[in-house]
Amino acid sequence: MVKQGDILEYDVLVIGGGPAGSTAARYAAKNGAKTLVIEKRQEIGSPVRCGEGMSLAWLDELDIKDTTKWVSRYMSGARIYSPGGYMVEINEEYAGNEVGGVIERDAFDRDMARLAAEEGAHFMVKTSAVELLKEDGKVVGAKATHLGKEFEIHAKLVIGADGFESQVGRWAGIYEAIKPKDIMTCFQYRLTNIDIDADFVNFFMGSGAPGGYAWIFPKDEKTANVGLGVQLSRLDGSKTPKDYLDDFIDSHPGLKKGKPIDMVAGAVSVTHPPERSVADGIILVGDASRVVDPITGGGIVSGLKQGKIAGEFAAEAVAEGRTDAEYLKRYETLWRDKLENKLWRNYMAKEKAMELSDKMFDKIIDALSELDLKKVNVETVLEGVRKKYPGIMEEIEKML
Amino acid sequence: MKPELNLDKCMRCGACVGSCPANAIFLKEYTLEVNDDCTGCGLCINVCPMGAFSKGGK
Repeated sequence: MVKQGDILEYDVLVIGGGPAGSTAARYAAKNGAKTLVIEKRQEIGSPVRCGEGMSLAWLDELDIKDTTKWVSRYMSGARIYSPGGYMVEINEEYAGNEVGGVIERDAFDRDMARLAAEEGAHFMVKTSAVELLKEDGKVVGAKATHLGKEFEIHAKLVIGADGFESQVGRWAGIYEAIKPKDIMTCFQYRLTNIDIDADFVNFFMGSGAPGGYAWIFPKDEKTANVGLGVQLSRLDGSKTPKDYLDDFIDSHPGLKKGKPIDMVAGAVSVTHPPERSVADGIILVGDASRVVDPITGGGIVSGLKQGKIAGEFAAEAVAEGRTDAEYLKRYETLWRDKLENKLWRNYMAKEKAMELSDKMFDKIIDALSELDLKKVNVETVLEGVRKKYPGIMEEIEKML
Repeated sequence: MKPELNLDKCMRCGACVGSCPANAIFLKEYTLEVNDDCTGCGLCINVCPMGAFSKGGK
């Protein structure tokens, strides 16, 4: 048990025990770094702040073989609805596991922590970082508190994995404010006793969730996470995301009789990749480095992939004795090579999609619904829309 | 001026913490604190999924 004034010595200190932090710790420890994860909450993974729909196309890359502890339901596909009721279905068989499943996020986060612990990473829960320790401007650890005891953790490299509300990035001077148009504010119920097709994740576009979308992610035959996200710049305080969701549920007969057994609030950044994710002695991973997919608002998969890169890199940097900002730029290059193109592309697409009117969503989704989605790609989508609505092609081509 | 917070509505989700351009909002053990760095911009009033913030009284 840690005592007041203790000084702990580690190679790598990870601040935040979410999936990106745990995965960074897993690969740092696996590659020989003495690693500690601190998590401010008393329980890794809880309370859940997530819609829990997740692609499962990345399991091999992260060498994960057993999903039984945390997949609640595999999906047959995704259905995307326009405001006027048009629907396009994407079949999982042809989407290569991209639709994936609906997970138990708390169990998932604990499983990612277990994988890190199995590689030798240490964990401390109910432990908050209160400030970064610096020497000549270089981050050399953090001051932390645990059960009323204040102590220091000295580390050769700090990994900031403290999510959307990251303080670590701000303390390190690598914080970039997110524009209100690039923030989605979200609210969700877990509703039970509802009538749904429990084999599909459902997305609802249009002005019912301005600048965002509403979702139904089934947990079982009668239960689903039902939520929505609204673009912050479209809110004026008169109607909250909760109000929007209550209206959405009221307008869906299958949901209206549902009973809430859980409530989740939160915000997610749907911004472009950051200018910088490193400073002297510190790197950022996951939502703290804004690697959330701007189209879906999903951050877990890119956080995991980036976490693996961060952990492997951290062990190497520590072994080389190089944790200065210049050397850490290699980490930037590594994760950007893998993730940045898609994040930028989806950011540009999101910027366009946000401007679409309800009528335009109807037209596009109507056109898409007539396509053979076994072969869905940019060309088949454009061809389908061109056939049906030659007039709006210019707009769509700009968007894509 | 600082916003008023209705703690009964607060879900402690951190949406305001991450969005605050002045970095003036902090989750504490049992509450949420808005410090004097607050510029009164009101973003937190809109970002809160629950509508827990309202305009300050004076």
